[in-house]
Amino acid sequence: MDLVAAIALQLAYVIANLALISLGLAIIFGMMRVINLAHGEFLMLGGYTVVVATNAGVNIWVAMLILAPLVVGIIGVIVERLLIRWLYGRMVDTLLATWGLSLLLVGLVTSIFGASTATTVSPPLGVIRFGNYSASGYELFLILITIALFFAVWLTLRFTKLGLLARGTMQNAEMASSLGVSTSRIYMITFGLGAAVSGLAGGLLAPMTGVLPTIGATYIAKAFITVISGGAAILAGTTAGSILLGGLNGIFSFIAGSTFGEIALLIAAILLLRLMPRGITGRFFRKSL
Amino acid sequence: MNNGILRQMRPTFVCAFLGLVFMFAAPQVLQLFTIINLTTAIALAVLALSLALVWGYGGILCFGQVAFFGLGAYVYTISAINFGGSTWAIVMAVLVTSAFAAALGYFIFYGRVSDVYLGVITLTVTLIFFSLIRRTSGPEYKIGNALLGGFNGVSSPPINLPWDSRTFLFPEHVFYVAMAALILCYLFTGWLVNTKFGRVCVAIRENELRAELLGYDSRLYKLGIFTIGAGIAAIGGVLFCNGVGRITPDVFSLYNAALTIIWVIVGGRGTLIGPIGATFALFYLTSALGGQSLFNNNLVLGAILIIFVLLVPKGVAPTVVDWINARRKPAAGRVRRRRNTRAEGAE
Repeated sequence: MDLVAAIALQLAYVIANLALISLGLAIIFGMMRVINLAHGEFLMLGGYTVVVATNAGVNIWVAMLILAPLVVGIIGVIVERLLIRWLYGRMVDTLLATWGLSLLLVGLVTSIFGASTATTVSPPLGVIRFGNYSASGYELFLILITIALFFAVWLTLRFTKLGLLARGTMQNAEMASSLGVSTSRIYMITFGLGAAVSGLAGGLLAPMTGVLPTIGATYIAKAFITVISGGAAILAGTTAGSILLGGLNGIFSFIAGSTFGEIALLIAAILLLRLMPRGITGRFFRKSL
Repeated sequence: MNNGILRQMRPTFVCAFLGLVFMFAAPQVLQLFTIINLTTAIALAVLALSLALVWGYGGILCFGQVAFFGLGAYVYTISAINFGGSTWAIVMAVLVTSAFAAALGYFIFYGRVSDVYLGVITLTVTLIFFSLIRRTSGPEYKIGNALLGGFNGVSSPPINLPWDSRTFLFPEHVFYVAMAALILCYLFTGWLVNTKFGRVCVAIRENELRAELLGYDSRLYKLGIFTIGAGIAAIGGVLFCNGVGRITPDVFSLYNAALTIIWVIVGGRGTLIGPIGATFALFYLTSALGGQSLFNNNLVLGAILIIFVLLVPKGVAPTVVDWINARRKPAAGRVRRRRNTRAEGAE
């Protein structure tokens, strides 16, 4: 019984982790059809914000939950104004430009902080035990906060005016703009919010993974694959993609080791895209958010 | 018909001839160290050429061209160790890689997976190779006599003479082989894009629906150009592991995948010589950057990619060709100008 609970918790953590790193990318992709390959670097910047802030004496919770999304969100808005807005509608070009941005940010952070790990922060919560097994309290916290974050995004999209305008723009940008919505502003805000969510995720994961200038590369492929497999619906797609791919990853990691877990995830994604080229939500739950 | 192709290939022949001159002149002028470095650059240029074909002419945005490059290098190395000679190993490398690409391409194109999704799949395949081969460090991972070596890779046997498997080529000779291979691949692709097959591929790139309505099976043509591109990338991989002397899983990394895309973007989609030139230029730029610490490599490459996507989206070679065409053909220019003035007059 304890073993089952431990495995279930581990599986839930793998899924939550995948959902957390993918959400920012999903918001930007779902809303704007922009694939942001600098997403991994947004996570990395969130992590660096937390490390720098805690070293400067800021409380770790403030750094993780407030500073990281704030800083990365502002960076996101700047990036959107300077780079992305020239490229709307040119999916491949945005992909390439953000790939360039990703290299640029890696280079910039390496120049400033050096190529090795900056001082790490330790996970702020202790160990919880059940029976013979123990789990990190911080992992449990991450699972809960991922659920909370999804709920918050759902509430924003479903019930606020901004969410309504954003959904309208997403469905038909021309119609929205002829009804007086400034789509350019909506895009800017959406990109900023997507970046902020990425920053939050990066900040939250910093105590688990440490920070490195090149850590974005380990996130981007997984996030990218989860979002594309999930399809265009932001929340339903990311949730479905994370559960399917994260679940497979968790199960295969448990059976055959972490590398095979990763490989199972990648192969599953390829098969999925072959069967459903528009992602899971391209076929099921089409009306969902 | 045949004459027509030859006439259209005239610029290709000029470039190939210049390459031939370079091939025989360079070893007389340059030092051995530079020549060995050049061999690596030539191998990468073959890779860039293959992506220039697949992306620039086939319109297939393949993020994982390095997968075929790396696969070619691994197949060559493993076969050469097992066969005890390089001739059949090279054939194996090209055949196995093309077969793999054909299988993958069948899966992709007949599943009607397109643009960005195709990019994801090819990139994913690259990353699978990366994580799989990195893991193979134990003595139990071997194919025949060849240990895969995991993270450290395998050292590649040098190319030998086709008729004598004990006479290995020296680095300066490998340079000749590499350069000859590059020129041949360039001539082949230059010919291919001027054949009917190549033209249909370009038509599909421009408008897939229209090409299909004209009766061309776009899936088959895409699969064809994808497979040929993979075979050329494999040749590049064979040259690469000969130039460097070993092959490591690092060829499959995200950084290298990005680099290949950058070469083609900078050189120009829709040309063949552009990406080759861009590869040499950027190879020397990154080597030069390695010698100083003020600017980080990634920083410069990232900036180059952004600048090109925003400001020179066509790439260097098409921009230069447009410029030359506007200057060098005064007759055509005059006609165009006259037509323009007439159009303006009409307005």
